[in-house]
Amino acid sequence: MHELSISSAIVNTAERHAARRQVTAVDVRVGSLRQVVPDSLAFYFEIVARDTLCEGARLELERVAALLRCADCGREWDPAPPPLATHEPLGPDGVVPPVPSFACPDCGTPGEVLAGDELEVESIEVEDAPAGAPAS
Amino acid sequence: MHRTKIRVAEDALDANETIARANRQDFDRAGVAVVNLMSSPGAGKTTLLERTLGDLGGIRAGVLEGDVQGSVDADRIAALHIPVTQLNTDPGFGGECHLDANMVRSALPQLSLDEIDLLVIENVGNLVCPAEFKVGEDARAMIASVAEGEDKPLKYPLMFRTCELVVINKTDLLPHVDFDLPRFRENLELVHPGADVIELSARTGEGTDAWREWLAAIPERARAMA
Repeated sequence: MHELSISSAIVNTAERHAARRQVTAVDVRVGSLRQVVPDSLAFYFEIVARDTLCEGARLELERVAALLRCADCGREWDPAPPPLATHEPLGPDGVVPPVPSFACPDCGTPGEVLAGDELEVESIEVEDAPAGAPAS
Repeated sequence: MHRTKIRVAEDALDANETIARANRQDFDRAGVAVVNLMSSPGAGKTTLLERTLGDLGGIRAGVLEGDVQGSVDADRIAALHIPVTQLNTDPGFGGECHLDANMVRSALPQLSLDEIDLLVIENVGNLVCPAEFKVGEDARAMIASVAEGEDKPLKYPLMFRTCELVVINKTDLLPHVDFDLPRFRENLELVHPGADVIELSARTGEGTDAWREWLAAIPERARAMA
């Protein structure tokens, strides 16, 4: 439930950039290496946004796939592929789910994270007049 | 009404990072090195601290106890005459499942920094949330106990990636549980290649010398890096 803290952080960041204007949308990029549950984030965002400039704003979450690079051989790979969309039985006789690996699949060198650690407020959409001002 | 899109491109946790840096500067000024100790509930954080903090070869240690409620752990540490401050996340912080930089900052006035060389921040027991928040630490360590299962690095990769040291606790239970130690170390190597590992039993004391040495070396390392 750290999504509550993260939602507050998103609202605070958006408000700081909104310059007293009503925020109508917040675009956030979430790296797949972060342990953030999107539904939970959306749920808390709506609550935390109440009585702020972000009240009623759309929260748009963009998932950023992870990408690691081997410092030694230059190979690039995704250490955390999305869960298999399958209802086949898992295990030795069924489907073997991918195991995340932060070591290079070729040479075993620890990978450097190129993408996947993001938790970034990318942009906000605001109404042009300050919140509460009469519409022009 | 016209709408305008504004580019922000800012990490949502920047504010936390800024406060964490301020904490770090205050700790540096006081000459106190800080370890953020994390684990699931019941992995043995307090027991390990009870057994080892009083005997760190001249390094004076203190503890900041993070819990949702109560002072059970802080009372255990205080009974050993080790400086300890309780930080509850329930009043004022919404019963949060982790410590963040601001909560630690709020506890700074209560910490007797001039009496210690090393502060261990015992985070709220949880393998997910604490990993996301820096608090101003010099090093992160975690405990995984053999009662928890060898699959944990694969299920909580962020926590295992973010800690430079993984302590495997409760090794005295190995004959009684199905924990596959070599498989655990393989799984850890997948998510955190090259992580330091110490196997020990906080209950019997076996293996705790290596942990004492690791902990006692943190202040000098922090001074070298400050």
